[in-house]
Amino acid sequence: MSPGDGQKGRVMTDRLSTVFAALADPTRRDIVARLATEDATVGELAAPYDVSVQAVSKHLKVLEEAGLVTRRRDAQRRPVHLETEVFDLMTKWIERYRREAEQRHRRLDTVLAALNAHDETTRTQPENGTAS
Amino acid sequence: MNTIAETTIEAHPTLPIIQMTRDFAATQEQLLRAHTDPEIYRQWVGPNSVSTTIDYWDARTGGSWRFLNIHDGQEHGFHGSFHEVNPNRIVQTFTWEGMPEGVSLETLTFQDLGDGRTRLHAQSLVDSIEGRDAWLRSGMEVGVNEGYAKLDRMLSDGAV
Repeated sequence: MSPGDGQKGRVMTDRLSTVFAALADPTRRDIVARLATEDATVGELAAPYDVSVQAVSKHLKVLEEAGLVTRRRDAQRRPVHLETEVFDLMTKWIERYRREAEQRHRRLDTVLAALNAHDETTRTQPENGTAS
Repeated sequence: MNTIAETTIEAHPTLPIIQMTRDFAATQEQLLRAHTDPEIYRQWVGPNSVSTTIDYWDARTGGSWRFLNIHDGQEHGFHGSFHEVNPNRIVQTFTWEGMPEGVSLETLTFQDLGDGRTRLHAQSLVDSIEGRDAWLRSGMEVGVNEGYAKLDRMLSDGAV
């Protein structure tokens, strides 16, 4: 960690841990995947499962506490909505790490191309023709 | 088999694991050499803005390693052990000396794809999800990717 990350970083890390914990359950991951396409009511979400509406409500409560979903107050339906910005937080961190790894791997590409060129001068490779 | 031209990464939702995959136009033997020959390793381990100096390096089963990154006049040390060095697999530990209590177990596998291509599978196991997330954060760089492409992929393959 870089210095000065301090408090804000810790809060974000705690939040991310809550998110990961909420997603540790396969039923909850399935609910999240379904909400990624459209909002749905508790009844609609419960329909495909062999569990009660109450059990699905419990799962939704965990997801709600992690900030992953919200329930609108309007009308009777109270559809459940996926808060995609929480995933942004997760995916941004991962994406930045991935990009750094990709940069490292591109440097490795360059080094390997040089190794290839060097190896070709000392060894015959009959089917070669793709080395850049 | 599809080519994985860009690094893919997955953070396991319930275990403190990061997995990366990437294809290279090189043989297993060349990829092994790029990871075990210190003079070659030094050239690509990076980051771009950083110069790497090898302190000690003994790439054998039971050996150890240490290198220094010098960035803006600041030195950052990294060290670990080579637990196992085989033609298609390296198992090693990795510690950033700025966080000396943290250790990651790295398993690198070189999968021969034929035609002089090899797939690198790199798995990092740390001691907690919190540690893993801190690790991800420490790898942060400038530039933020907008969009939900990654989320779409994670959702479609069940990682989320």
